[in-house]
Amino acid sequence: MTRAEARNLALAAAAFALLAFLPFLKDSGYLLSVSVSIAMYTVLATSWALFSGPTHYISLATAAFYGLGAYVVAAGIGTISYPLLLVLAGIAGAVLALAVGVTTLRLSGVYFVIFTLGLAELIRQVVTWVQNNLTGSRGMYVLTEITERIIYWELLGLAALVYLVGWLVARSRLGFALRIIGNDELVAAHVGINSAAAKLILFVISGVFAAVVGAVMAPRYTYIEPSIAYSPELSFQVVIMALIGGAHRLWGPLVGVIPFALLWELIAARFPTQTVLLLGVAFLLIVYFIPHGVVGRIESALERLRRGTRRG
Amino acid sequence: MDILITGILLGATYSLIAMGLTLQYGVARIMNLANGEMLVAGAFGAFWVFTAQQASPFAAALVVVPGAFALNWLIYRYLLRPLVRRAKNRGMLEVDSILATFGMSFVLVGIMLMVFGGGYFTYSYLAEPFEIFGSPFALNRVVACLVAVAISGLLYWGLNGTRTGMALRALAVDPAAAGLVAIDVPRMSAFSFALGGAVTAAGGIVLSTFLTMDASIGVVFTMKALIIVIMGGVGDVRGAIVAALILGLAETAVASLIDPGLTLAAAYLLFILVLLLRPEGLFGRRQS
Repeated sequence: MTRAEARNLALAAAAFALLAFLPFLKDSGYLLSVSVSIAMYTVLATSWALFSGPTHYISLATAAFYGLGAYVVAAGIGTISYPLLLVLAGIAGAVLALAVGVTTLRLSGVYFVIFTLGLAELIRQVVTWVQNNLTGSRGMYVLTEITERIIYWELLGLAALVYLVGWLVARSRLGFALRIIGNDELVAAHVGINSAAAKLILFVISGVFAAVVGAVMAPRYTYIEPSIAYSPELSFQVVIMALIGGAHRLWGPLVGVIPFALLWELIAARFPTQTVLLLGVAFLLIVYFIPHGVVGRIESALERLRRGTRRG
Repeated sequence: MDILITGILLGATYSLIAMGLTLQYGVARIMNLANGEMLVAGAFGAFWVFTAQQASPFAAALVVVPGAFALNWLIYRYLLRPLVRRAKNRGMLEVDSILATFGMSFVLVGIMLMVFGGGYFTYSYLAEPFEIFGSPFALNRVVACLVAVAISGLLYWGLNGTRTGMALRALAVDPAAAGLVAIDVPRMSAFSFALGGAVTAAGGIVLSTFLTMDASIGVVFTMKALIIVIMGGVGDVRGAIVAALILGLAETAVASLIDPGLTLAAAYLLFILVLLLRPEGLFGRRQS
């Protein structure tokens, strides 16, 4: 570990410690609820970028994993203890990610995008059908004593874990392999990288995180039914946030999450029918104006500045 | 027998949508995820003509099809061409075009929500029984099927019987090589993209005569079109038609034997089978 790395690690730890005290502020009700959203999107967008950032495989399956995690909690809350349910949700996410990854990741990126695009809707149809025909009721109640404060701390812990995992992966041979795959998959194959396996491992990691986030958030809904748990919008929001910020840096998504989450809350409250338009405009903005995210913009500006001073 | 005929009737209309996407993805190499929205826009046109003008929904084609052609040409020329130029390889173009057309699809949905509202829309056109082999079928489905077959036939002839069609097929095989034999690649790509959009909008008109739609249903049709195109082999019109019929049959079978709510699951099952067994498509050639 170099000195700069040690310093960054210490800074990050201090920031997390500081954020952990947020619920103790006076009248923190609204602040806390916004912070829960931001923390949730941060975990989702960062774990999304762990896989999609280096490989450029755009996953639209976040909502499917999230919904799966929420459903695991809803189904087992009466009989199994909550911490165990979080673990089970993670396992369920890993199994789903494995199944999807084995089917699609050995093929080109387009197949993967298409497959994940419909995945949430597919699971929603199947869950609805199972509930209608086998259990009789469509919704489930999640009644727990878990408060928003605890959810916030759980999410904060998950965020720390995501950053830690991301940092470790980026340092490892696996992270190096992924960057090569993202640059040119053919080259990666020629230098002996098992690209399907490398992609699969990262996709499973990001799937597990999304599922656990769903499980953590489940007590907040109190009532869960398929159309709530599997809302496809979530997948797109996560993609936009990560890409606006910049998916090629670990802390890039965070830069996108905070403004976009706040903007989303504002638009959803004032003009609830126009959130779709916001999604569309955000996508177009990313492609045509900030293809490497805000972080990429800042980096290239810094680079130009440095070169300028050296020359001058 | 009922399932077989209903499935074929449905599959024929699906083939129209799939041909639209084949022209856009197979030939112009743009993975167009706003495809379904173009379809819904066409359906809205037919709905408006039928309810406000009291004319046959097929009359809407006179306005909708040229309109969709022009709109798609403009989209390709001013929004997608820059991406094609920017892309260093096919993978980059795919990522860019996926994100861009996602944006367009959401913008289109937003606009349609503003104009038409979020409700379902449906109208009753030729909703009378029509007998085939002694069992009744809705006449509007039969007419829709015939129209779809006519358009598909016309397209098939256009692609295989004309000079322009040959240029398009050459483009589908290899854009770089097509340029070497004096095919104007940018112009033909734009034409193909625009034509694909027009065909898709026509498919929307046909589907609207018997399906209930709303502003945000486009993505379902995008999914189906994509599955069909992949199943048939990218850029292969004949494969797309066969795959559309298979999907129509599979969906009808699942809807009538198990549950109408599981049609997407049926489509997915087919998709998974294709990905596992023949990722190059039914008639595609394996890449060496």
